[in-house]
Amino acid sequence: MYSYIFRRLAVAVPTILILIVLSFMLMFAAPGGPFNSDRPLSPTVMANIEARYGLDQPYWKQMWDYTVNVVTRFDFGPSFQYRDRTVNDVISQGFPVTLTYGFWSFVVAVIFGLALGIMAAIRHNSWLDYLAVGISIGAQVLPNFVMAPILVLVFTLWLGWLPGGGWNGGQWEYVILPVVALSTSYMASIARIMRSSMLEVMNAGFIRTARAKGLPMYRIIMRHALKPALLPVLSYLGPAFVSMITGSVIIDVYFSTGGIGQFFVNSAFSRDYSVIMGITILVGVLTILFNLVVDVLYAWIDPKIRY
Amino acid sequence: MSIKATLLASGAAVLIGLSGAVYAQATHPVSGEALAADQTFTYRILDEFPSFDPQLAEDVSGGEIIRDLWEGLMNQDADGNLEPGVATGYTVSDDKLVYTFTLRDTAKWSNGDPVTANDFVYAWRRAADPVTASEYAWFMELMSLQNASEILAGEMAPDTLGVRAVDDLTFEVTITQPLPYFAQMTTHFTTFPTHQATIEAHGDQWTRPENIVSNGAYVLTEHIPAERSVRSRNPMYWDNENTIIETVVALVINDENQALTRYLAGELDRTEVPAGQYPRLAEEYPDEALSFPLLCSYYYNVNLTDTGPEALQDVRVRQALSMAIDRDIIVNNVLAGGQVPAYTLTHWATAGFEVPEVAAAAMTQEERNAAAVALMDEAGYGTNGAPLSVEILYNTSEAHQSVAVAIGQMWKQTLGVDSTLANQEWQTFLEARGNQNYELARAGWCGDYNEASTFIDIVTTGSGYNDSKFSNADLDALMVEAKTSDDPLPLYTQAEQIIATELPILPVYHYASVYMLNDAIQNWPVNNVQQNWYSRDIYKIAE
Amino acid sequence: MFPEKAVADGLVDAAHLAEVQGRSLWKDARIRFFRNKAAVVALVCLIAICIFAFFGSALAQYERDAIDFTLSGPNAYKGAPSFETGHYFGTDADGRDLYARTVQGTRISLLVGIVGALIAVIVGTLYGAVSGYFGGRTDGLMMRTVDILMSVPYMFVLILMLVIFGKSILMLFVGIGLISWLDMARIARGQTLTIKNKEFVEAAIAIGVRPMRIILRHIVPNLAGIVVVYSTLLIPGMIITESFISFLGLGVQEPNTSLGALISRGASQMQYGVIWQLAFPLFFFIITLFAFFFVGDGLRDALDPKDR
Repeated sequence: MYSYIFRRLAVAVPTILILIVLSFMLMFAAPGGPFNSDRPLSPTVMANIEARYGLDQPYWKQMWDYTVNVVTRFDFGPSFQYRDRTVNDVISQGFPVTLTYGFWSFVVAVIFGLALGIMAAIRHNSWLDYLAVGISIGAQVLPNFVMAPILVLVFTLWLGWLPGGGWNGGQWEYVILPVVALSTSYMASIARIMRSSMLEVMNAGFIRTARAKGLPMYRIIMRHALKPALLPVLSYLGPAFVSMITGSVIIDVYFSTGGIGQFFVNSAFSRDYSVIMGITILVGVLTILFNLVVDVLYAWIDPKIRY
Repeated sequence: MSIKATLLASGAAVLIGLSGAVYAQATHPVSGEALAADQTFTYRILDEFPSFDPQLAEDVSGGEIIRDLWEGLMNQDADGNLEPGVATGYTVSDDKLVYTFTLRDTAKWSNGDPVTANDFVYAWRRAADPVTASEYAWFMELMSLQNASEILAGEMAPDTLGVRAVDDLTFEVTITQPLPYFAQMTTHFTTFPTHQATIEAHGDQWTRPENIVSNGAYVLTEHIPAERSVRSRNPMYWDNENTIIETVVALVINDENQALTRYLAGELDRTEVPAGQYPRLAEEYPDEALSFPLLCSYYYNVNLTDTGPEALQDVRVRQALSMAIDRDIIVNNVLAGGQVPAYTLTHWATAGFEVPEVAAAAMTQEERNAAAVALMDEAGYGTNGAPLSVEILYNTSEAHQSVAVAIGQMWKQTLGVDSTLANQEWQTFLEARGNQNYELARAGWCGDYNEASTFIDIVTTGSGYNDSKFSNADLDALMVEAKTSDDPLPLYTQAEQIIATELPILPVYHYASVYMLNDAIQNWPVNNVQQNWYSRDIYKIAE
Repeated sequence: MFPEKAVADGLVDAAHLAEVQGRSLWKDARIRFFRNKAAVVALVCLIAICIFAFFGSALAQYERDAIDFTLSGPNAYKGAPSFETGHYFGTDADGRDLYARTVQGTRISLLVGIVGALIAVIVGTLYGAVSGYFGGRTDGLMMRTVDILMSVPYMFVLILMLVIFGKSILMLFVGIGLISWLDMARIARGQTLTIKNKEFVEAAIAIGVRPMRIILRHIVPNLAGIVVVYSTLLIPGMIITESFISFLGLGVQEPNTSLGALISRGASQMQYGVIWQLAFPLFFFIITLFAFFFVGDGLRDALDPKDR
C-alpha cells in the first residue's frame, strides 16, 4: 500500500507539469488579452506592459520561467488584472474562504446524504423512501442560482435573521447561507447514489445470510452493508469535494464571499493569465490528492482490489 | 416646594438637559438637521476594481475610491462646477498655454508630510511614463501637455513633460494648444498627486492599507478584494472639520437583483436599480428611488470597413435602421429609468451644449417608420427587396440583451430585416469590436470631461476609439477648428448634423443614473452629470 | 457410459431453448420495468414532455421571439398567464410569449441533456472499463490522463472551444459531453475493479475469452445499473451546466433559448411580482428531472443482474 501511495505521488509531479503546459497552451489560444480595454493603449505603453509581465517573450520561455518560479519558490507571479496583488495574495485570501464553506458543505452533504440514502434503502418503496427521494431530488433539481436568491429573500429580507452576503472574516452567520446553498445539490446526489448502491448491497447474498441469522438491522448496516455500499459514493466524493472546494462560482457571486471561484471566473474573462494558472494548478493538485485518497479508501474497503 | 425639592428637581432637569444634549449628537452646521449617530455610508459596486492607484486606475469604482482617498488640484461641486482642491486657484497666461496653480499651505498627506507642487510633478510624470504602463496614459495626451505624445511614444524622457514646480506651493503646466476645458480636466483622478517616498519604498504594494499614504478626506483602512473595502476619516486632511461621514464601505455584489434585495434589507445605503424596475420602485419608495442624467451615450457602432456587410455601407440602409428604432419604447418600456432618447451623439446635459435639431427627432414614430420603409425600398432591401440580416454584437448583460432583442424585433416588424443576436463576454467583445470583427456592435461612451468634444472626437478619423472606422474630412476639420475656437457650439452642431446624416453610429439613448439611495443620505450631487461625488460632501441625518 | 441418442437430441433441443431464453431476458427486464408503477408514470411524463417539446409550438399563439412592448420592462407584471390573451404561461421580462419560449427551451434542454449524456456515457464507460480491466500501467496511464483532464478547469475549455469553433448548439453538445465523461470513467473504472475480481470473470478468463469480449459482454452489463443511475444524474447535471454556460453568455444564443436560460432569467426577476416567469420553466425542469430519475431507477431495477 505504501509503495502504491508513493508511486502515485511520484506520478503526480509530472502530472502537474503536464497540466501547466496544457493550461498555458489553452490560455494562449484564447482570443483577447489582459490589456484590451475600451480605450486602446499606445504601442509604447503596450510594449511596456508586455515587458513588465514577460508577455513579449516566446511562449516556451514564458512557460519555462513560470514553471521554474512555481516549483522552486512557489511564486505564482503577479496578477495581470489587480495591480497591487500577486497571485499568491489572491489565492491566500480566497482559498481559506472557499475551503471553509466548502468543507462545511461537504460535511453537511455527506452526513445528510448518507443518512437519507440509507434510510431510503432500508425502507425501500415505503413512504419514507419516497419522501427521502423526493427531498433529495427536489434539493438537487433546484439550481444554485435559484436557491441562492430564494435563501437571501427569505432569510435576509423577510426574516432578517442572516446577513445577505459578505464574509467578514468567516463569522458563522456569514457561513450558513453559502453552506446551505452549496451542500443541497451534492447532498442529493450522495443520497441517491447511496440509496441505489445500498439497495444493491442489501439484495446480496451475504446480507440475506446476516438477516437470516437474526442480526439487528443496525449491525447489518454498520458492519456489513455500509462498506461495500460506500464504494460508488466514494468514486463520486473525490471529484465532488474538489468541485465544492473550488467553489461554486454562483455561491461566490451571490454571496460576495471573496472565494476563489469568483476570482477564477473574473480572471478567465479578463484573461488574467497568472491567476488562471495559479488556480488551475491549485485545482489540479487538489484533484490528484483527493483522487489518491479515494483510491486508497477504495482498497481499504474492498480487500479484493489490489493495486 | 421645599428648597431641597426644588434643588433636586432643577438638578434633575439640568441632568436631563445635559444628557439630552449628549444624545442629540451633532446637528449639521449649515442646515441644522439632526445627524445620525452612525455616520457610515455603505454602497454597492459591481466588480472588484483592478486598481485604485490614481495613475493606474481605469474604471468608475476605482475612481470613486480615489476621489475620497486623494485630492487633486481642483474639485467639482454639487453642480459639476470647479471649486478649489489642493489648489486655491489658478491663473492662465495670455496665450492660454500656461496654467499656474497656487497650492494651499495647509494640505497634508496622511502621514503628516505637506503636499507640495513636487508631488503633482511626480504624479503627472508617472502617469505619462511608459514604464508605469498606465492604461490612462492617453489622458495626459488628451490634456495636450507639452511633450506628452512624444513621451508616450517613448521618444523623450518623462521629465521633459510640460509640468514644473516653481516652488513648493506653485505648480505650472504648459500645454501645446489652448483648451477651454483644461482646468476641468484636473478633477480627473489620473492627475491626483501621489506620495513618491511611499511608492519608492513599497513598489506595487504601496496601495495596501498598511502602506498607503493619501491626501484626501479619507484613508484606506481595509481592503478585501472581491468582498469589500473600507475607508475612514483622515484627520490630516486640510478641511477635516467639515467632513461628516466617518466611514465609507464599498461592498462588491455582482448580481444587481441581489444588491437590491440587500438594500431593501437595510444592508446598503445605495445601489443601482435594475432595468425596468424604476417605475415600480419610484412608486413604492418615492424618496429613495432617484434618476438623474449621467454623461454617457449608448449607441450601436456600424462596421464601415470592407469586412462589414455591404448593405450597411449604404447610408440609406443605416438611416432606415436608425429611424425604425422606436426609442421611446426602449426608454419607457424596456429601461424605464429616466433615460432620454438619442438622435445625436453628445449627451444632452453636457455643459455648454445644445442638442441640434435633427429631422428624425421631430417626426412621430409612424412617420419615421414610413420614411424608413421608403428608404429601405429605395436601397433594395427588406420586405420588398433582397432579404437582409444583420448581426448585433453586445457584451453579456441583461440590459443590453433586452435592448438588442427589442431593436431586433422593431427591425423585423417594421422593415422585415432579420437580426441575430450575438453576445460575448467583455474581453472577447472588446477584441472583436476593436478589430472590426462585427456588423453592428453595442457601445457606450462616457465623457472624460464635461464638454462636447469628448463625445464627437471619437468619430474623427484619427481617434483610437473610432471602432466604426468612420472617416469624414469635414468633421475632422470642424473638430480641429473647435479646439481653438471661442464659440465652438455652432461647429459642434454642424459636426452632429454630419453624424446624424452619415450615421457611422446609430444613437439609441442618453444614460441616466438610476439609484436607490437611503433617504437618510443628504446632499447627494444629483446635478453633477459626471457623477463625481465625494463622501465628504454627504451626510446622514437621524431617522 | 455415453448418453443415448434421444437424450443427446433432447440436449440439443434444450440448447436451442437456452438461447431463446437468453434473448427473453430483456423481455424479463421489460416486464419488471412495467411492474414498477413509479417508473411507468415517469415514462409517461417523459413522453408527454417530449410531445410538448417537439409539437407544443403548434398550440402557441405567438412566435417565440415576438415582443409585445406593452408588456415589457416595467409593465412585465401585467403579463400574467391567461387564456384570453393567448399567453398561456404569461410573458417574460421582454414581453415575449412564455409558452412558446418554454416549448423551445424544453426542446433544447432535452437535446442537450440526452445527447450530452449519451456521449459521456459511451465514451466514459468504455474508457473506464478498459482502464479498470487491464489494470497495471495501462490503468495508471489512462487514469492519470483523466486526472489531468479533470484538473483542467472545464469552464475555460468550454469558453475556448465555444470561441474558437463558434457558438452553436452542436458545439454545446460536444463540449458538455466531453466534460462529463471523465466522472463516468472514474466511476466505471471503480466498479470494474470490483467486478473484475469476481468469479465469473475469472471463469471467463480461464476459458480463454478475449479481453474486449469480456469487457463488452461481462463487465459492461454489470456496470449497467450504476451507469444508468449515474447517467440519469448526468442529464440534469448537463442541463444545469448548460444553464450556467448561458448564465455566462456562452450558451444558446438569442432568440433561441433553453430551460436553463429561462430559469436563470426568471430567478433574477422573482422578487418583482412576476413569479410565473420562474414557475413555468422551473416546473418543466423539475418534472423532466423527476421523470428521468424514476425511469432511471426503474431501468436499474429491471436490468440488475442480481435480481435474476
